[in-house]
Amino acid sequence: MLLSSRLMILVLLLLSFQAMGAIQEYAFDSEQEEDRFKKLTYEMRCPKCLNSNLAGSDAPIAADLRREIYDQITEGRSNDEIIEFMSSRYGDFILYRPRLTIATFFLWFSPAILLLAGFFIARRMMLASQLSGQNDGALSSEEQDKLQRLLDNQSD
Amino acid sequence: MANEKKQPMNKRLKLFIPVAVFITMAGFLLFGLTRDPNIVPSALVDKPLPEFSLPGLYPETGEFSRADIVGDILIVNIWGSWCLPCHIEHPFLLEMSEKDPSLTFVGISYDDSMAEDRLFLEERGNPFDYNVVDLGGSLRIDLGVTGAPETFLVDANGMILYRHIGAIDSTIWKNTFEPLLAQIR
Repeated sequence: MLLSSRLMILVLLLLSFQAMGAIQEYAFDSEQEEDRFKKLTYEMRCPKCLNSNLAGSDAPIAADLRREIYDQITEGRSNDEIIEFMSSRYGDFILYRPRLTIATFFLWFSPAILLLAGFFIARRMMLASQLSGQNDGALSSEEQDKLQRLLDNQSD
Repeated sequence: MANEKKQPMNKRLKLFIPVAVFITMAGFLLFGLTRDPNIVPSALVDKPLPEFSLPGLYPETGEFSRADIVGDILIVNIWGSWCLPCHIEHPFLLEMSEKDPSLTFVGISYDDSMAEDRLFLEERGNPFDYNVVDLGGSLRIDLGVTGAPETFLVDANGMILYRHIGAIDSTIWKNTFEPLLAQIR
């Protein structure tokens, strides 16, 4: 019992170091640069492992890309430039927050567009059936004359 | 009389619009099911092979640049002797490079295992016409590489036609590389 709890503490201690690993990899001149590094590696997907970000991945390519982001930050490139650099090589796939393109526009907004279209169609159909309902009962004087003529003809 | 009949027909056709929209969307979703989400689409297909200037794996060959290798149909293979799937793929690359001398095989190896890579090629044979070391890792990032092995098919103008992730074998070669090669030859 004592042994297993000690083992547990050991495992937890080791885990905490692992979590620090990716961040402590590089030294920055300013806190702002470090924050940008954290944000960028957090929001970019590791192309090898797919379901983890660059910050949390052990894949060799993730380490390469972390170093690339570090180099570009220290060279003074902006976040937009770094994101453009990465997506021109790895596609929008690498961005956990995809940009608005024609494809993503339809993906994100087509449910709303279809819902609105459905709403308008339903409204028009309801109005149409209401209007035809009003017309049903009464005939215009012209129609009344026509009906009378038909009836007269039949009785002949 | 004809006009009166046409009106309800048009209205009835309109009723099929939701069905048509549904079938279209279901078609897209069905197509989505057939795609493997683990395969990252390459952003570099139909783009030129990136510029580079990198040392050869063998010091005596000196440096290589893009201009040195572009001109023939290239099979650019990213590999490392530490990569197990590369070991599996190696005999096939060797066989292909012997079978088809019109293809130029370019081996781009990682920069962390140069001595081991040379030993590997010496022991098992060298399928590559050019052996380049990706010193610093800039070329693999420019190529959008996700890991080793990866293989790029580059035409004589230096345009990337196809990227394959993972080891290639005769089945993959037959199904994907051969049709593309037939197109450009």
